[in-house]
Amino acid sequence: MAYEVELKNINKHFGDFKASDNINFGVKKGRLIGLLGPSGSGKTTVLRMIAGLETPDSGDIFIAGQRVNDITPGKRGIGFVFQNYALFRHMTVWENIAFGLNVKKEDKEVIKKRVAELAELIGLSKFTDRYPMQLSGGQRQRVAFARALAPSPGLLLLDEPFAAIDAKVRKELRSWLRDTIHKLGVTSIFVTHDQDEAVEVADDIIITNKGRVEQAGTPAEIYQKPLTPFVADFIGESVHISDYTIFKGFEEEGEDHPGIIRPEFIDIGIDEKEILMPLSSERGVVKGTYFRGSNVEVEIEVKGVILRGNRSLEKPPLKKGDKVFALIHRIYSFSGGKTAVIENKSKRKEYVII
Amino acid sequence: MSEKTVKYFLIFVGALFLFTMLILPLTLVAFEAFAKGYDAYIAAISEPFSQKALYLTIEATIIAVVLNTAFGLASAWLLTKYDFSGKTVLGSLIDLPFAISPVVAGLFFIMLFGRLSPFYPILSEYEIAVVFAVPGIILATIFVTFPFITRELVPIMETQGRAEEEAAATMGASGFTIFRKVTLPNIKWGLLYGIILCAARAMGEFGAVSVVSGHIRGKTNTLPLHIEILYNEYNFTASFAVASILVFLAIIILVLRNAVEWRAERSGKYGL
Ligand SMILES: Nc1ncnc2c1ncn2[C@@H]1O[C@H](COP(=O)(O)OP(=O)(O)OP(=O)(O)O)[C@@H](O)[C@H]1O
Ligand SMILES: [Mg+2]
Repeated sequence: MAYEVELKNINKHFGDFKASDNINFGVKKGRLIGLLGPSGSGKTTVLRMIAGLETPDSGDIFIAGQRVNDITPGKRGIGFVFQNYALFRHMTVWENIAFGLNVKKEDKEVIKKRVAELAELIGLSKFTDRYPMQLSGGQRQRVAFARALAPSPGLLLLDEPFAAIDAKVRKELRSWLRDTIHKLGVTSIFVTHDQDEAVEVADDIIITNKGRVEQAGTPAEIYQKPLTPFVADFIGESVHISDYTIFKGFEEEGEDHPGIIRPEFIDIGIDEKEILMPLSSERGVVKGTYFRGSNVEVEIEVKGVILRGNRSLEKPPLKKGDKVFALIHRIYSFSGGKTAVIENKSKRKEYVII
Repeated sequence: MSEKTVKYFLIFVGALFLFTMLILPLTLVAFEAFAKGYDAYIAAISEPFSQKALYLTIEATIIAVVLNTAFGLASAWLLTKYDFSGKTVLGSLIDLPFAISPVVAGLFFIMLFGRLSPFYPILSEYEIAVVFAVPGIILATIFVTFPFITRELVPIMETQGRAEEEAAATMGASGFTIFRKVTLPNIKWGLLYGIILCAARAMGEFGAVSVVSGHIRGKTNTLPLHIEILYNEYNFTASFAVASILVFLAIIILVLRNAVEWRAERSGKYGL
């Protein structure tokens, strides 16, 4: 399999601290990859090593089939968008975008055409005389993007490209960035600690934790088949259960049955009609409701455990103290250190009865 | 006492202090300089030994500023753009000239290049005179003024970080291009400010230069040394007249300094 970027057994220490622990992954040409992980998990370090701004202690990095460990950043054919953009503050938007082309001593006319084209692409044609300080966060982000793209890199690296932008603009920029990258077809890796962002933007997600790669795959794979407890916990909204065998349909022998339940695994109904399968359901009491815009998050207590579920705004509203039915469809089990999805067993029986 | 009273009281104290410590002495310098009339003043400052002292001061200042600019840029770059062990030690060493008395610095050069020095036989064989000669004066001036530019640049470069340089590097810019196109424009006002401080200090340096100079009139006397000699000879008018040259140079520096500060503030809107 030919990869555009490949990391093989990469290790990196900062002093005694292991920032990258035997990292292996490959990215195919034209893919948009999200490097997702909690703060301090070593995402930026990986990105900087690919760019050549940091040197791995051991391991090999390949870009377009070539081992690049000993090649300077400028010769790796990459574009880098920095977390705080790192725009040249004393240069105008135009000069910023043109920088990489000027360094390459491109023809003046070619530069002019390319910069104009990119300014158009980022929708800032009218602002090319401005300095970075005179732009909004979202505009700066786009300039940084255009600047990185100007020399037509084979690989685009973006470090938390949306971190410094407010929520609304961020949403717009995300889809803009995804569409633009797909349109240009440039292989890209972006770093984020926001799972919504990764799921929405990336073709594939690589999950990092404590300097290791926990799992790589499409958002759907990672969501539906988390390979490690960390991933199961990190992706989606999770409620930890120390022993899931107490719930109906999940009874098992033995000890040590920790797991997690996500809100979308639970149906909360006010009566038997609403829940459809009352025999497989638990009884609970509403502890609180939180309006979430498109739905209501309901917190319920079942057998002394607090669970969370979502409820459509179309259904009759619940309030604190209401007695409800809670149907747990499935649970992620961490039993014996392995992750597995367990379905509600009594649900099947109830089907049979009906 | 109300807030206002405190304010005016402090302004009054400040003004009084400035007046007695600064304005009054400066006026007296001018007064003394012209005590024997305009002609005597002109005669005093155009006298060959004074002229020679002025040239030597300017020479030492220019060389010190040029070399310290190069050194200051290099060391500030090293201290802020690289990580290495012994970084803090280097930082403290650069501050050393601020900490030790200039006279001690002067003695240090005497030990290094004078008769007691282990290098003295070599130096005398090639007839290289360092102490009691112009090179010693220049060395002493450089030594005393070398922290200024580094100290001015390090905080600026530290807050600016390395990201812009790294961005330029990923686009294939060479080290020199990065310095010229990215780093230098970002630090230019701080650098100019440091240069001005360095020049001001270099012109006025007395202690270290006094030790290494040997006070040879017309040869190794800088303006401050010449002023002292004239004064010690009870030639007050000449002494103050020459002093007025230094005051005049100081005023030029002050104006430049304010101009630079003003420009730097204005360019602040571009994020400097
Ligand atoms: N230059 C450095 N010197 C020392 N330690 C470093 C350096 N760079 C990173 N680290 C450490 O390595 C670890 C991983 O850092 P990294 O910046 O890669 O994390 P990250 O996943 O990008 O986190 P964030 O989401 O907060 O940006 C952190 O614990 C950090 O303190
Ligand atoms: Mg980071």
